[in-house]
Amino acid sequence: MRIENVKALQRLAWELRLDIVRMMGPNKAHHFGGSLSAADLVTAIYFHALRYDPQNPRWPERDRFVMSKGHCVPAQYAALARLGVFPREELPTLKTLGSRLQGHPAAHLLPGIEACTGSLGQGLSFANGIALAGRMQGLAFRVYCLLGDGETQEGQVWEAARTTVRQCLTNVIGVIDCNGLKAMDTSYCGAEIPALAEKWRAFGWRVREIDGHDMAQICAALDWAIEEHPQPAMIIARTVKGKGVPFIENEPDYHNAALTQEQIDRAIHALQMQMAHMEEA
Amino acid sequence: MAEWRQTRYVYGEALVEAGRLNPRVAVLDADLYKSTRTVLFREAFPERFVDIGIAEMDMVSTAAGMAATGMIPFANSFAIFITAHCYDQIRIQICYPGLHVILAGSSAGLTQGPDGASHQSLEDIALMRALPKMQVLVPADGIETRAMTLAAANELSGPIYLRLGRYPVPDILDPSYRYQLGKAAILREGKDVALIACGHMVYPALQAAERLAAEGIQALVVNMSTIKPLDREIILQALGVCALVVTAEEHSIIGGLGSAVAEVMAEEGAAVRLVRLGTRDVFGESATADELLAKHGLTAEGISQAVRNSLRARP
Repeated sequence: MRIENVKALQRLAWELRLDIVRMMGPNKAHHFGGSLSAADLVTAIYFHALRYDPQNPRWPERDRFVMSKGHCVPAQYAALARLGVFPREELPTLKTLGSRLQGHPAAHLLPGIEACTGSLGQGLSFANGIALAGRMQGLAFRVYCLLGDGETQEGQVWEAARTTVRQCLTNVIGVIDCNGLKAMDTSYCGAEIPALAEKWRAFGWRVREIDGHDMAQICAALDWAIEEHPQPAMIIARTVKGKGVPFIENEPDYHNAALTQEQIDRAIHALQMQMAHMEEA
Repeated sequence: MAEWRQTRYVYGEALVEAGRLNPRVAVLDADLYKSTRTVLFREAFPERFVDIGIAEMDMVSTAAGMAATGMIPFANSFAIFITAHCYDQIRIQICYPGLHVILAGSSAGLTQGPDGASHQSLEDIALMRALPKMQVLVPADGIETRAMTLAAANELSGPIYLRLGRYPVPDILDPSYRYQLGKAAILREGKDVALIACGHMVYPALQAAERLAAEGIQALVVNMSTIKPLDREIILQALGVCALVVTAEEHSIIGGLGSAVAEVMAEEGAAVRLVRLGTRDVFGESATADELLAKHGLTAEGISQAVRNSLRARP
């Protein structure tokens, strides 16, 4: 997919958010916050950046997307269903017995999922492995990996950051959904936030910092990331956890929480209002 | 005269053979390639070799990504590091999706020797055996090491743990031996005691059988080289003949070969005594390999003595 029209992508992102809230539904704990913060990034990766054939999700030369922050896989499910990789009617089976839509990604169960994640910190290493295998087989594809900012506290992320550079895997593209919150608390104290970019630069990556809800900035950064360059690219996208649902936004308690039917209705209404506002703008 | 070899050395050579036969075979190491002997593969196929550096978790997850993308990766380190240090990665990224990654654990067991407890892997079989889809292979000699390495590259699928050692063992098996997953072999027939051993303990078990034969005790010896899936049939066969079973492994008696055999015996309701030889819920320590094996009774004499004691104690 390659959609250039920013407004069309914005519309898709709001639709993804609606899909996310609807598939999660009431009275069951779900990772609302991170799934919503990542929605614009996931939309742009799938519908603007990825060379991908939804009819052939195992195409060997496809670009890959690894959801390292696996708890936010509902955003990926929504995108894959929109692409037609599996039927949209399957979305509400999320986390129910026998569903292919597990609480965290299961690559062997659902086409379109590339990696089993959910234990944080492992996705970038897996993405490097995909890239290495591609090089060994002469396949030219790109590997996109979405991490959380809290996730970068895992030490393995930095093992992988070193490997990407050391093995010259410039077809690995990192994106950090930097929503500033973890399950319990803020990701970093104020002094650490600017250092995230510096850490990646120190590891040999080139870094661009953007507003992760500005679709034009996201697309421009994804285009920048595939420019020929000796260093791999990391996009640090500042986002709002729970983006689009006001009573969830920036509330750590909604990292993984159950909403009532009334709250779900309110959330859907809020998303629809913002979508309409976007259309008018 | 049988050739005495360390299984890690044979593995290093077999890996090159596997790489020659199959262009999809790739090798990862974590800064131990001279010790794990993947240095030979590194020289033969540099474009399919990756030294990740001192980052075993990253290596294992990277191997998983490679396996998901058409390669057959062999990931290498010392047995304790490639199992215990990366357990979560192995569990979720390799076993859960059932990827064909071979984890080769080198210098396993007490015979790692002077480096002491931190490097002596006595829990790796237990850890790997507990993981769904994981297959656990422990070669008894050089011949079986080569056969398993080639089978892992060309015949088997799914996650594999291959346990290797740095202690010289003589070639026991016939050079024409072909490895079959889950198929153990009776190396010697007997009717008084069944000695079920794996890895480095198979040869001392055979020696023990010789000694016991001189005393009128006929020992049946099993090479249980696949710990998972376990060959239940051969255990049942042994139970049908012998009134005593002795397992021997260079590993803790908790969770390893002895436990696996005990599970089968209990489920079968076997009224047969079981003696498990291995380390008894303790860590290793720095010493020579032979000193450590003797201390833990993992020698021909140790096995023989365990048999004598058990037969004598029987009512």
